[in-house]
This record gives sequence, C-alpha cells and structure tokens, in this order.
Amino acid sequence: MSLSHEDVQEILGLLDDLDATELHVRTRHFTLSLRRDGPTGEWVQATTTPGRTAAPPPASAPPSAAPPPAAPGLIDVRTPLMGTFYRAPTPGAEPFVGVGSPVDEDTVVGIIETMKLMTSVHAGARGRVAEICLDNDRFAEQGAVLMRIAPERAGAAP
Amino acid sequence: MIRRLLIANRGEIAVRVLRTCQRLGIHTTLAATEVDLDSTAARRADRVVPLPGGPRAYLDVPAVMAAARAAGADALHPGYGFLSENPRLARACAEAGITFVGPTAETLAAVGDKPRARERAAAAGLPVLPGGEATDAGDAVDRAERIGWPLLVKAAGGGGGRGIHVVEHPGELAAALDRAAAEARAAFGESRVYLERYVESGRHVEVQLLGDGERVVPLGDRDCSVQRRYQKLIEEAPAPGLDPALRARMHAAAVAFGATLGYRGAGTVEFLVDGGAFYFLEMNARIQVEHPVTEAVLGVDLVEEQIAVADSRPLWTPSAGVTGHAIECRINAEDASFRPSPGTVTEAWFPAGPGLRVDTHVEAGTVVPPFYDSLLAKVVAHGPDRPSALRRLAAAVARCAVAGVDTNVALHAELLAHPDFRAGGVSTTWRPDRLVAHG
Repeated sequence: MSLSHEDVQEILGLLDDLDATELHVRTRHFTLSLRRDGPTGEWVQATTTPGRTAAPPPASAPPSAAPPPAAPGLIDVRTPLMGTFYRAPTPGAEPFVGVGSPVDEDTVVGIIETMKLMTSVHAGARGRVAEICLDNDRFAEQGAVLMRIAPERAGAAP
Repeated sequence: MIRRLLIANRGEIAVRVLRTCQRLGIHTTLAATEVDLDSTAARRADRVVPLPGGPRAYLDVPAVMAAARAAGADALHPGYGFLSENPRLARACAEAGITFVGPTAETLAAVGDKPRARERAAAAGLPVLPGGEATDAGDAVDRAERIGWPLLVKAAGGGGGRGIHVVEHPGELAAALDRAAAEARAAFGESRVYLERYVESGRHVEVQLLGDGERVVPLGDRDCSVQRRYQKLIEEAPAPGLDPALRARMHAAAVAFGATLGYRGAGTVEFLVDGGAFYFLEMNARIQVEHPVTEAVLGVDLVEEQIAVADSRPLWTPSAGVTGHAIECRINAEDASFRPSPGTVTEAWFPAGPGLRVDTHVEAGTVVPPFYDSLLAKVVAHGPDRPSALRRLAAAVARCAVAGVDTNVALHAELLAHPDFRAGGVSTTWRPDRLVAHG
C-alpha cells in the first residue's frame, strides 16, 4: 500500500495540535517524514517507499572507455550535455560530418538528445574532422569526447 | 471487469495510475525498463515486469505486449507519451483480448495523424488555421508561401508540443523541416511534418472530454498558455477570463469533434484562442499531464473514469459545474536556462496541506535518467477562486525543496508572482525566457 493524500491530510490534522517540528513514521508499508517549514510552520512531507535505501548508482551505462589519447594538436569536441549522440539529422540520413570533413567553429557535427531535448553540437574549431570517437545512437557521458578536429594551421588553405 | 492492469509507462503518471488502481483494488504490474527497475513506481507496483531492450523499450509494442502477457494482465493503461496514442498497441491489445484503457485503434489513427485530424475537424465544422502537410521540400515552400510567414513546422505524428519549430523566413524552412523531422522521428518514430500559420498572440485553451463510444461529455476547460519551448509549465482550470459565450462554443466544438469520432475514453481537444476567435489545434487521445486541475474543480478521478468506460461501465457526468479554481506547476529537472538536468535526487520535500496535491515520482535517492522527460512533480493548488488558488500555490511552491538536480522551482515562484500572470489570461508568447533573461 502507499499513503493516500487523504491519509496525509488526516495525519497533518492530528499533528497541528502537537509541539513537534519534525515527525518520522516508519511502518511495514511506508515511511513518512514531515517537518515544519517556513515562518508559518506549515508541514512539508517526504514519503518514501519500502526498499529505498541509499541512492542507487546512476542509471546510465557505466562510463564508456575513454577514447584513445588525442594525437598532439587535435582538438576534442565534447558533448555539451550527457545524452544520446546522433551523427545525422534524421535516422538513415547522411551524417553531418565524417573523417576528413572540413568544419569551422559553427559547423554542426552532431545532435545530443537529453530528456527529449535536442542540442546541436558544434565543431568549435576550424579545420578537418580527424577522428569520430563515439558511434551514432550511443550514450555520451557528461563531457565525453565525440570527435576530434585537426585544426587548420594559420595561413594554410582551408 | 478489470482486475489485473499493466502500466506501460513510468514516472509520475505511473505512480498516479497505481494510486487509483490500488484504491479500486486492481492488481497492478509495472512494465519497467532496466533504468527504471528501482523507480518509485516500480517499488509501489504490486509486481514489476522488466522491459528488455534498453531505455527506449517503452516504445516497443511487442515488448510491452510480452510484459502484459507475462503479467497475466486483463487491461493495459498506457499513461501519456510513449505508446499511449499508438494504434498498433491498441490493436495488439484488442487481438490479445486485453482491454486497452484508451480509445480504439481507429480513433487513435484518426487523431494521431495531426494533418488528417485537422481536416477531419474542419469537416466537422471546427475552425482550423491555414496549413497542411508538407510532403517534400518543394511542396513545403509552395504551401508555406500560401500560409504566410511566420509559420510553424509541426510533427504529423506529434503532440505534446514536441517537434514544433517557428520559421520566420523562407530561408529557414529547409533546416527547420530537417530538424523537426529528426525530433519527430526520435520522439514518435515518424518523421512526417506539417505546416500551420503561427499566431503569436494566442492563448492555449483545451477542453477535457470523456466518452463511452456513444456519448461524449465536456469536463470543463483548461488554460495552458504558460509554456517554454512549446512545453506547458503552468495549467489552470477553468481558463481565466474567458467570455462565457466563447467558452460554450468551444465546449460544443470539442463535443462535436468527439462525437464524429464516436470517442471512448478521456481525451482533450486543444484550441488556440485569438481574441474572440478559436481554432482547433489537435486532439490528445489520452490522459493529459495537466488532468489534476480538472479533477480538482470537478471532484472526479479521471483515471478511474478512464478505467470505467474501458470496462463498459456507465459514463460519469458532472452533477454540477466547476467548483473554484485550480492551478498546476510542472516542476522539471532543468536549470535556469532550461537545460535538462538529469542526475540523482538527494533530497525531495513537497508541501502538504488543505487544497494541495503533489503528483510525483521523486523521492530522496530517485535517479532521474537522461533518457526521458524532465518532469519531476506537479504541484496543484485548489481554492474557492483564482486568487486563493494562486496564493496557495505560491506558498506551496516556496516550500518545495529538491536537491541533487537543478529544478525550475525558482522560475515558478517568479511566474506566479508576476502581475501579468496574476491578472490571468496571458498568451503563449508570454515567455518565461524573457522573464528570466537575467538568469
């Protein structure tokens, strides 16, 4: 069973007569924590469901193996958010870029989907794509390297 | 008689459906992906059946049907989002002799294809905005020129505000079509898009329907104009300051549309209100996120009524009109610039008290995965009138304390205190983005 809204209301009614500022109830079925909050001393609650213990590990897959160290002079393109990495604008479409593609700072090189929000990934540097470090439709951990750019040398032709 | 129900969803709506089922004595099984096996809904369900295939398995009809069979379920509640409006799931349930708590597969197909639903609404006499489907890039340009600029690109298989893009100039059209198609494909498994005139000054007002396949009744309206990225942030019932004659016309239009469908279940007809005119936008053939505000002012449990009509029991009709006013804030895991904030919740305190309701799946220790939407909790306040509901909600939001992930609690406090919102009837362009430009 879980605690209904009405149950909580009833408990709150009883508590208003008490002098306590915090209350913790634990039964076989539920755990209820209440505390008085703010200047008016109104109650706020945190209910928990049996079996909840310490915070479980993050839901995402274990951090993917770090990509091989970058060759000297390459610039990492990192994900702006953790999320699913897409290399193409639509499934089955041509990837935004491949190894050897010329890019500049604003070139979109991929999309990251986090909580249903699509965020464009920009190359952030002028040059050519040297390496793709994460496959399409794979999960990118916070700060993961998606690809690397060989920057254009000053004065070199684009 | 429904006795064993499979919940094919997650998050707060799974917890919400569980609560009603437990009150009704219906055995519940939750179908959960691996990342959700430790979720609040999983802990509260009578039984959990794992959905194999990774985080996207909520979109996998065969996997969901296998879970329903494994659970020995005689009914399936799809919640909102995911497969809730997917005709293939409704059909698979029908073929397996499992009651789908929702409309028929035919109805879902009719309203799920948004451009076709527009045509159907127009045929039923409802006003629609200029627009239509864009089958290819050339076709899109022609159609766009006829509609005029700015316009919206929307996902044909969409809904819930996903896959919508404003296009200001012809030069932006091709990129917007691509992006909308990508989002649509990712969110709905369907990349078709359509175009529609963009009305900047409109209000989003929707009418709640309940039907039993023969009769359709309107269960009041809701105003959901406060949005960011086409995602509703604050909803209220009834829509404030709506002209009574306009309201009556909108209710009648919604019922007329429901009647042409022979609608069974709970559904919502969404309208854009522009001054004294209104236009059909789409129908959502499912329970809405914001249903609690309707429940508050009508004293009804919409999930219970969904189950009742699915079970061929009598259609509930309100004995009186709405009582008072209710407002809901969606507490999301996102930072001040609306960037999603997945992670582990370390602390979660929500207000309790008279006239307050909090629907949440979040407790201390809850993992908010990056794969699903960012809704953490819905805080709903009900009062005898709008000012009292607003006062109650503002006090309630101030008492929400969630740590471990970023939330938009502070944004809600600002919105509720804003004179425009307090006056009531803001338009969908009343952007929180502008309001929190300093954030």
